[in-house]
Amino acid sequence: MTAKPLLTMRKIYKVFPGVKALSDVDFTLRSGEIHALLGENGAGKSTLIKVLTGVEKLDSGQIELSGEEIRTKSPKHAQELGISTVYQEVNLCANLSVAENIFIGREPKKNGMIDWKTINSRTKKLLNKLNIDIDVTQTLSHYSVAVQQMVAIARAIDVEAKVLILDEPTSSLDATECEKLFNVMNQLKSEGMGIVFVTHFLDQVYAVSDRITILRNGELVGEFLAAELPKLELISKMIGKGYDVLSETIKNTDNDQDIEKQVYLRADKVLSIGNIKEFTLDVKKSEVLGLAGLLGSGRSETARVIFGADKVSSGTLYIKGEKVNLGKPLDAIKKGIAYCPEDRKTDAILGNLSIRENIIVALQSKEGMFKFIGRKKQEEIADYYIKLLQIKTPNREQLIKNLSGGNQQKVILARWLATHPELLILDEPTRGIDIGTKAEIQQLVVELAHGEMAVIFISSEMDEMLRCCTRMAVFSEKQKLGELEGDEISEQKIMKMIAGGNER
Amino acid sequence: MSRLTKSRLFWPIIALVVLLLFNAVFTKNFFSIQIIDNHLYGNIIDILKNVAPLALLAIGMTLVIATGGIDISVGSVVAISGAIACSIIDGRIGSFNNTLLFALIFALLSGIICGIWNGILVAKIKIQPVVATLILMTAGRGIAQLITKGKIVTINSASMVNEYYFIGAGYLLGLPFALFIVLIVLLIVLAFIKRTAFGLFLESLGTNNRSSHLAGIQVDKLKLITYIISGFMAALAGILISSNIKGADCNNAGLFIELDAILAVAIGGNSLNGGRFSVGSSVIGALVIQCLTTTVYALGVPPQTISLVKAIVIITICLFQSNKFREAIFGRFNYFKKSKDLLVKKGAQIS
Amino acid sequence: MIISMLKKNFSIIVTILLFVVLFIAGAATYKGFLNAQVFLNLLIDNAYLIIVAIGMTFVLISGGIDISVGSVVAFVCMFSAHLLQKGWNPVAVMLLSLTVGTFGGFIMGYMIHCYEVQPFIATLAGQFLYRGICYVISTESISITNPTYSFIANYQIRLAPKMYISISVVIALLMVAVTAIVLKYTKFGRNVYAIGGNEHSAGLMGLPVAHVKISVYALSGFCAALGGIVFSFYTLSGYGLQNIGLEMDAIASAVIGGTLLTGGVGTVIGSMFGVLIQGIIQTIIIFQGNLSSWWTKVAVAALLCLFVVLQRVIETKGQSVKQQKKAAV
Repeated sequence: MTAKPLLTMRKIYKVFPGVKALSDVDFTLRSGEIHALLGENGAGKSTLIKVLTGVEKLDSGQIELSGEEIRTKSPKHAQELGISTVYQEVNLCANLSVAENIFIGREPKKNGMIDWKTINSRTKKLLNKLNIDIDVTQTLSHYSVAVQQMVAIARAIDVEAKVLILDEPTSSLDATECEKLFNVMNQLKSEGMGIVFVTHFLDQVYAVSDRITILRNGELVGEFLAAELPKLELISKMIGKGYDVLSETIKNTDNDQDIEKQVYLRADKVLSIGNIKEFTLDVKKSEVLGLAGLLGSGRSETARVIFGADKVSSGTLYIKGEKVNLGKPLDAIKKGIAYCPEDRKTDAILGNLSIRENIIVALQSKEGMFKFIGRKKQEEIADYYIKLLQIKTPNREQLIKNLSGGNQQKVILARWLATHPELLILDEPTRGIDIGTKAEIQQLVVELAHGEMAVIFISSEMDEMLRCCTRMAVFSEKQKLGELEGDEISEQKIMKMIAGGNER
Repeated sequence: MSRLTKSRLFWPIIALVVLLLFNAVFTKNFFSIQIIDNHLYGNIIDILKNVAPLALLAIGMTLVIATGGIDISVGSVVAISGAIACSIIDGRIGSFNNTLLFALIFALLSGIICGIWNGILVAKIKIQPVVATLILMTAGRGIAQLITKGKIVTINSASMVNEYYFIGAGYLLGLPFALFIVLIVLLIVLAFIKRTAFGLFLESLGTNNRSSHLAGIQVDKLKLITYIISGFMAALAGILISSNIKGADCNNAGLFIELDAILAVAIGGNSLNGGRFSVGSSVIGALVIQCLTTTVYALGVPPQTISLVKAIVIITICLFQSNKFREAIFGRFNYFKKSKDLLVKKGAQIS
Repeated sequence: MIISMLKKNFSIIVTILLFVVLFIAGAATYKGFLNAQVFLNLLIDNAYLIIVAIGMTFVLISGGIDISVGSVVAFVCMFSAHLLQKGWNPVAVMLLSLTVGTFGGFIMGYMIHCYEVQPFIATLAGQFLYRGICYVISTESISITNPTYSFIANYQIRLAPKMYISISVVIALLMVAVTAIVLKYTKFGRNVYAIGGNEHSAGLMGLPVAHVKISVYALSGFCAALGGIVFSFYTLSGYGLQNIGLEMDAIASAVIGGTLLTGGVGTVIGSMFGVLIQGIIQTIIIFQGNLSSWWTKVAVAALLCLFVVLQRVIETKGQSVKQQKKAAV
């Protein structure tokens, strides 16, 4: 590979309130290469791309395109410079026709009118290049997400682009569609385009990438040649070895064999269409059950099904041996289940309400609207948890949106602890949180399981899972692969399972 | 002091006080109260009497808006309820001995049914609130006309006309009876908000629908309830209005009152995007509007120009609720404030 | 191919079919209904509403709403009547009316886009403002006696013996034709659809979101003002209470004509048929003779409800189909 650098990013820094999103990150893309950008949630991949495409302003650092320094101001500006992006969520207009989505904003004209004939025929040609044969005059919403994704790619490559960024383009494609996409990518590569490829599917990384850059916690881990980096090593670099404070095991390993732990919840051949393939899972009292797997593997979906947030299409849930039907979250809450969702901002916090109200709300809905918890009692509960979880705030009436991420997370934890749950589901409870708070939350999780409580713990960080969990279910591609228990649990084993344990 | 200005009631009350002061200076005898026929009489009493329907609507509208919705059908519901009540009092519909009782029951029931209809469209079928309530707004006056067979119903000769008239125009202890109705309703609603978790749930779901759902709040059910309350309030307002004029005029009863109700909520400092709300300040908002109207009358300006004043009020409120506008105007000031906030926050984190 | 054409234009076909069915039903039931002039009268009586509905359609497609249009129409009538009374040149009056309407729309659009005021509220303010100015001009009805206006109002364009249309109809049809072309064949038109479909995506695709959003309200203001001029030909007077609730008629027309209130879908031709459907319901009720004219409102509301619920059902069905497809993958 003798290609010259097409795009270089040097010493990129970006800070969001409370979080260092990028810190001293370098990235180099050469002409005619496919470069995979990898990292777990919160590693900084998407921030790096946003900085590059002008969605976010960078704090400091240098970007050069073809040897010239650039500073992208907006997605449109980036496009004009020759940086084209396909986002994970399809950013097109579903109400317009396929052809129009490709040409809107740069429609060819004839006699001052938009020339639909040319648009349609050119689209047809372009899509044929991608091996797609569809009615291009039909509205985009008629087609599956996979087709929509291909249309987005077609739009991106039709504008004269030097750099093509594909941000998880394959999450909605099946194997043959991926194959098609890879062919196109290789074709574009041979034409000299530089392609940045972000994905969570490691097989795909090896299938097309020449180079790999890995980020972790907003920092650069390194740049590697794909051919020289074995998969296992790749995974361990993505997940990383933790900080010293967090390296010792805190999980509760005593009296493991002494008593058979009681099963609290049993999911028997449960399937949720569009979310998770059929799985069977036991959740036992006094244990921390980890749901391991990469993003999109089905770990969060499993949690949502158990909480009644997604519909059970077939199969049965049992709580303490009794068959239950959880049609909505409230049903699950009444049965004693609590759930801290993955996306704190959109699914958990009530931004304009106070800490007190945020803590009390789940308990109040569990008790019912008319069993009002008096103001004094509310304050007691809020104060208790503020103290217990060491929430840093001037007072309990502070709006939750004014708190830092870690403290917000603690408030959400307090909300659920206040309901005295029998099963606590934590989905990424430590994401975007400083190390100290992370350790506190992990400690708390383990302590909770010391009592009667059952805990389901989901995290993208392997260390954290290893420290806390006494049993693990491993997921990949919306499917449960298997379980590990006690001494079986090790980074190696889990990675092997995810990477395709049967091969080795 | 800062706690005082932060209270939701503060600004609406200031607006009201300013209006009253204006009248004290420019309108003769604005505050004079006389006793005629054993009850109080004067501009202030008039305001308190005439504000009743609007205040009721504003209460209902506040709850709907708190959920992030809107109900533009209330004017039509006012017409329907008035039409039903007057038709029963007049004996055109049914033959009841106690026409008053049944008139009230059926009129209020009609409001509840309208509320259920709106609520189902919004909460279950998930149609945008403006559109969902537009349907009843369009149909409602027609339905009211069909009830009265297209005529203006006057109940002057009906047997229980005096009792009915008392509801909207009578006096109790020297004060307008309608005022007591508003106070009682307000107290009940406030109790419902403060003594149950209703208020908390509404603010929660208006703030973040998804989070609320995942915290176990039954979002759909609550939305339905707010539309029912709004329908009920509209029906009650319809009774007051029709009783006041001893008749039902389906074309004009409650015309545009939905806009006034929304305006009252806005003047009350409630965000029209939902979330935090205060029923009390909406009622004060209604008082401000009524006071404006009375002022315009008292000044001898053509009364219809009141809508000009309202337009200016809406524009001012909207612009000051807009972050971007405030940034554009007070940009520099806010910048300092923000950086100060940031420092304070950092300090808190360090400690 | 034909099937796909039908599918794409499904909702507008339903609207036109509905119109035809209503017309046939009327013709079959009432003597004298099947008369070309009955149809032409529909156009004559509703020309102003068609024009207003065009502007509304643009706003709705872009994902907004404009409830100021009824007041704009009343304002323009009042304003024109007042100026004409003072002896202004009629052409100047018309041009000034159009300018004021357009500028008012621009201001509302600016507030909506730049200060993020909800469209409903911003245009509500506009509604109050225009109504208020009406009353400032006069609280009484002013009649228009200007010869140019009278001439336009009374001029009949003969199509055949005993068949005529007014100049207003020509204006309305011209507007429909021009705006239909604008929507289909210009960048501006397509951008309106794109923004209504997904404003965020439209921004990422580099479309001029601010420009388009503000223009749409200015256009609606223009159409409302033009509608007002046409309406002043129709009534030859200005009165502050005119056309209360006209905005709701315009919205109902657009929805019945297949415009999605969530934005992104709709045509001006459909909206025109939406207006005509309301007109024909009214005509049938007049022909019937015994029914209260209020049945028109109820029938329109019922249609509105039917269309909105249908739209919603189709939408959710589409979603669930896609979900299953996704699951199959």
